[in-house]
Amino acid sequence: MQKTVNQRAWFLVLPVLILVAFSSVIPMMTVVNYSFQDSFGENIFFWVGLEWYKELLQSERLWDAFGRQLLFSFIILMIEIPLGILVALSMPKKGFSASICLVLMSLPLLIPYNVVGTIWQVFGRADIGLLGRLLSDLGISYNYSQNAFDAWVTVIVMDVWHWTSLVALLAYAGLRSIPRAYYQAAMIDQASRWSVFRFIELPKMRGVLMIAILLRFMDSFMIYTEPFVLTGGGPGNATTFLSIDLVKMALGQFDLGPAAAFSLMYFLVILLISYVFYTVMITVDKDEAKP
Amino acid sequence: MSAELRADKRPVARSRRRVRVGPVVMAVYLVFLLVPIYWLIIMSFKSNSEILSSFTLFPDNFTLKNYRTILEDPSWYMGYVNSFIFVSLNMVISLLVALPAAYAFSRYRFFGDNHLFFWLLTNRMAPPAVFALPFFQLYSSVSLFDTHIAVALAHCLFNVPLAVWILEGFMRGVPREIDETAFIDGYSFPRFFTRIFIPMIAPGIGVTAFFCFMFSWVELLLSRTLTSVDAKPITAIMTRTVSASGLDWGVLAAAGVLTIIPGAIVIYFVRNHIAKGFALGRV
Repeated sequence: MQKTVNQRAWFLVLPVLILVAFSSVIPMMTVVNYSFQDSFGENIFFWVGLEWYKELLQSERLWDAFGRQLLFSFIILMIEIPLGILVALSMPKKGFSASICLVLMSLPLLIPYNVVGTIWQVFGRADIGLLGRLLSDLGISYNYSQNAFDAWVTVIVMDVWHWTSLVALLAYAGLRSIPRAYYQAAMIDQASRWSVFRFIELPKMRGVLMIAILLRFMDSFMIYTEPFVLTGGGPGNATTFLSIDLVKMALGQFDLGPAAAFSLMYFLVILLISYVFYTVMITVDKDEAKP
Repeated sequence: MSAELRADKRPVARSRRRVRVGPVVMAVYLVFLLVPIYWLIIMSFKSNSEILSSFTLFPDNFTLKNYRTILEDPSWYMGYVNSFIFVSLNMVISLLVALPAAYAFSRYRFFGDNHLFFWLLTNRMAPPAVFALPFFQLYSSVSLFDTHIAVALAHCLFNVPLAVWILEGFMRGVPREIDETAFIDGYSFPRFFTRIFIPMIAPGIGVTAFFCFMFSWVELLLSRTLTSVDAKPITAIMTRTVSASGLDWGVLAAAGVLTIIPGAIVIYFVRNHIAKGFALGRV
């Protein structure tokens, strides 16, 4: 759509600007402030320059959390994206059954994050949970609060349970926008199911899949509540991801300086991914605008 | 599918096979989604001793005691009231500021528009963990700590950008000619906006309101950090119970079921827009 240049549009944006500046820029400035200073308490601060950053970049704790975070995001993407596509391809295209599927699939997306943790807690515990009980009856030793591997499996299955529907719904939206003529052409060519997927559906879903990958990456990259409720970051530090570690540092130990430096580096990574996301969004928009 | 059947012998056989695979995958997936929820709901109707002592797929002694506990104890049910208050406040604030801004982004070019649009996105993507401590200090220093408005404003951090992006996605679908015709007919901007434009994008506003509601409803970290007693949301009360020693699983499950209900009620009406909302209006 052709937009006209109109500088007075600024007045329409101004309320948003003020509000978001209040809730984002001011807090961010305090973070920047703390990251360069140290304190002995009682509000006496002194300048330490880049000390906190140096210390953090050498600390094993941060790199471990970062590594766990990347591994976690990678694993859930590898599961959720193919599974989401598979589910989207299996969904009924129209009618009442499609509505039912949509409603049931969306259900996990609308559950408060801590309740997701609670659901998997009461589902997985060996004493009261259906899953934990079944596994122990089958003779498989499974205890997510003692065993690091079990904790990882549970957190990953929980995330797959929580978010695969989002990938599926996005892919489904992409599938529905493919004109029937494409399928008819493929049929005339006697294309196999696989080539229909590979050469028609997948390219047409490219845009929504990019959005799905980036959204899932971003949201898994700042996951906090679900593992916090389920495992509390344990056993040991096994499921302490970046956000859990940061909250421990900032609100648990009140280490303002390191926490602030940590926050800023965390935020920079997010900023970088946001930029990729933004670029993808704009390209998707332009692709759709083409006739 | 019907055209496919007519085309050739081979695709017929192939499509039949596919017809069988699809529902099976779907059914397995839905069972995977629903079994944990079923377990939570069933548990909420069991007494605590039944949960701990016996293992039953269906409650032996069906009881509403857990729900009664929540509805009679102010320290439980006030959590829902508090959540509803700040979520509604946040929804209203987000929509009020986002509507004009989304209109500006969808209709006009102005100095710095793309940068501003991107900056909004970064706030939607910002980890709440980064903002927890500074928010705590900010709202304490203006003595808003433990008030509903503090949580509502804090959630604006991600909900206002979300609302702007989703509304912009809906508004770009409305042809410009409508605006121009209205202005030629002598409508002033505020009159045009409230009388003509807003009714036209009413479904979009509904979807946006739903997503603002939802993202504020499910959030835990910021609302827990910014409250202690008077404005404590139900999500924070639930995690408090988890850390306490003598754990009442039945009540916890009932509390969880009650938090799912608001989403489950509206889900049917927004089912076709869920992907759009999560993808910030881009699908």
